[in-house]
Amino acid sequence: MKTLSLSSRNFKEIYRDPLTISLGLALPVLLMILFSSIFKRAQVEIFSPTLLTPGVLIFSFSFIIMFSSVLISKDKENSFLTRLFTTPLKPSHFILAYMLPYIPFALTQTLICILTGVFLGADFQNILPVLGIFFLISFTCICMGVTLGALLSVNQVSAVGSLLITVISLFSGAWMDLHMVGGLFETIGYALPFAHAIDAAKILLRGGETTGIMKNLFPVIAYTVVFFFTAILSFRKTIKRG
Amino acid sequence: MQNKAAISAKELTKHFGSRKAVQHVSFDIKQGEIFSLLGTNGAGKTTTIKMLCCLLKPTSGNAQIMGNPINQGTMKIKRIIGVSPQETAIAGHLNTRENLILMGGVHGLSQKESKKKAHQLMDLMELEDRRDQARKLSGGLQRRLSIAMALMSDPQILFLDEPTLGLDPHARKSVWNYIEKLKGEKTILLTTHYLEEADSLADRIAIMNKSKIIEMGTSSELKKKYNTRQTLNIKTNNITTKEIEMLQQKGMDVLQTPSGIEITGNNPDFYTLVDILRSGNVKIEAIHMPEPTLDDVFIQLTGKEAQP
Ligand SMILES: Nc1ncnc2c1ncn2[C@@H]1O[C@H](COP(=O)(O)OP(=O)(O)OP(=O)(O)O)[C@@H](O)[C@H]1O
Ligand SMILES: [Mg+2]
Repeated sequence: MKTLSLSSRNFKEIYRDPLTISLGLALPVLLMILFSSIFKRAQVEIFSPTLLTPGVLIFSFSFIIMFSSVLISKDKENSFLTRLFTTPLKPSHFILAYMLPYIPFALTQTLICILTGVFLGADFQNILPVLGIFFLISFTCICMGVTLGALLSVNQVSAVGSLLITVISLFSGAWMDLHMVGGLFETIGYALPFAHAIDAAKILLRGGETTGIMKNLFPVIAYTVVFFFTAILSFRKTIKRG
Repeated sequence: MQNKAAISAKELTKHFGSRKAVQHVSFDIKQGEIFSLLGTNGAGKTTTIKMLCCLLKPTSGNAQIMGNPINQGTMKIKRIIGVSPQETAIAGHLNTRENLILMGGVHGLSQKESKKKAHQLMDLMELEDRRDQARKLSGGLQRRLSIAMALMSDPQILFLDEPTLGLDPHARKSVWNYIEKLKGEKTILLTTHYLEEADSLADRIAIMNKSKIIEMGTSSELKKKYNTRQTLNIKTNNITTKEIEMLQQKGMDVLQTPSGIEITGNNPDFYTLVDILRSGNVKIEAIHMPEPTLDDVFIQLTGKEAQP
């Protein structure tokens, strides 16, 4: 009940912010339409609706990092969190309440992107396991947001958040094939979970075997677990600092 | 009113690195008492409150809230306290009612109880049930909402850190009226820079300066103790430097004002004063001896005015 009260506040805070809605939900649709019109003219394969969808979706998850970290750091800065720290909420209540509302948000993003993909003519296979991968990556983004929000100030979070969005956009392979670029670009890209998630999703969506994605799945899961713990630890640290 | 201590601080000390924010602060606040902490900016009031409501761990010393030590099992304490922080701490995207219901919810009240309590508090604090998000309310309304949020759980103990900061005189009065109503019922620790607020509301006052409590007592005790120097305003328009010099020779501290003179001193001798004024045919139009105020005590103790 206590978690629900706070998470429903956080939920409203998300959905009443026009910027969150436009960047998180409208932008991906726009990008999908834009890139698929390029595909229609130039037939660049990675911009085909089936292959484009995972990239756009994972890029739009990167905004969750920004939204959730800004929400927490703002709550810290205007003492709203300080006030809540004097109430009988436990650390687990806080962490859940700041994470839960982004799950329906990420699911809405997923649904919107998949429907737009279908509308643009994509033919998706293996949709259920792919949803699992999307869930893991979106949850990693939520945990990254909570970690940053708990540790940094609003200004720092805005800077680091924008940087991360750019990094994810460039190094996830959403707009280009990292193997073709090669070199340091490829190395960095595959040191992060995003390119792995996109690769795995592409393989599955084109009808590939689940066994073909194991090497990609491992880093995705590892990052999810790591950031889940950093989120818990950093929020606990914030509570301790009052 | 019972006499048991609701809040008991013993040698509370907090250092931030090398900065000594609070040093050896001790006091007992009885149940139902309103206790006011006064002090200049940076004196350590907020830090003291933060330690008492388990937000900060003291560097040394201890305190008990209704018998529960602050350094172990803070949950018991958090259930019985309400805090209105110095900053206006509200959820900007929620409206007034939603903010209040949220506080009810995090304290474990049911939705129905929360709604009822929110309704009562909005009436009492003269908060309209507007649909506007709280971030769009005026500063004063946000402040009142912030105080009301501290009251949602009907706490036994209330910490109000500068509750009337930024309120207009009317709103300030209505907050005072409300706090007055809680007198005897709730234990309240209140900090303020408005000395008349402490004077009219608080049963006892502690004055903090440079991280320490330097004086404590009821308002009248403090005034009696520190207002040995009285001021006398004499309204006249024909006093000359001759009489002023004569008064000064008698050891009186005389200041010429636009309407006459102001004499300050430890019990100035009235007979001598009148004799001198008469000898110069000075026409006295009015004599006024202002009541000592808490401001005088504050300035004497801290060397500064209270209101920044
Ligand atoms: N988190 C912190 N880190 C370092 N120093 C701090 C911290 N919080 C407070 N201080 C310092 O502790 C001292 C006391 O601050 P505090 O906020 O308790 O004063 P105050 O009496 O509430 O002042 P004001 O009337 O301005 O609100 C100040 O010197 C302040 O700079
Ligand atoms: Mg303060």
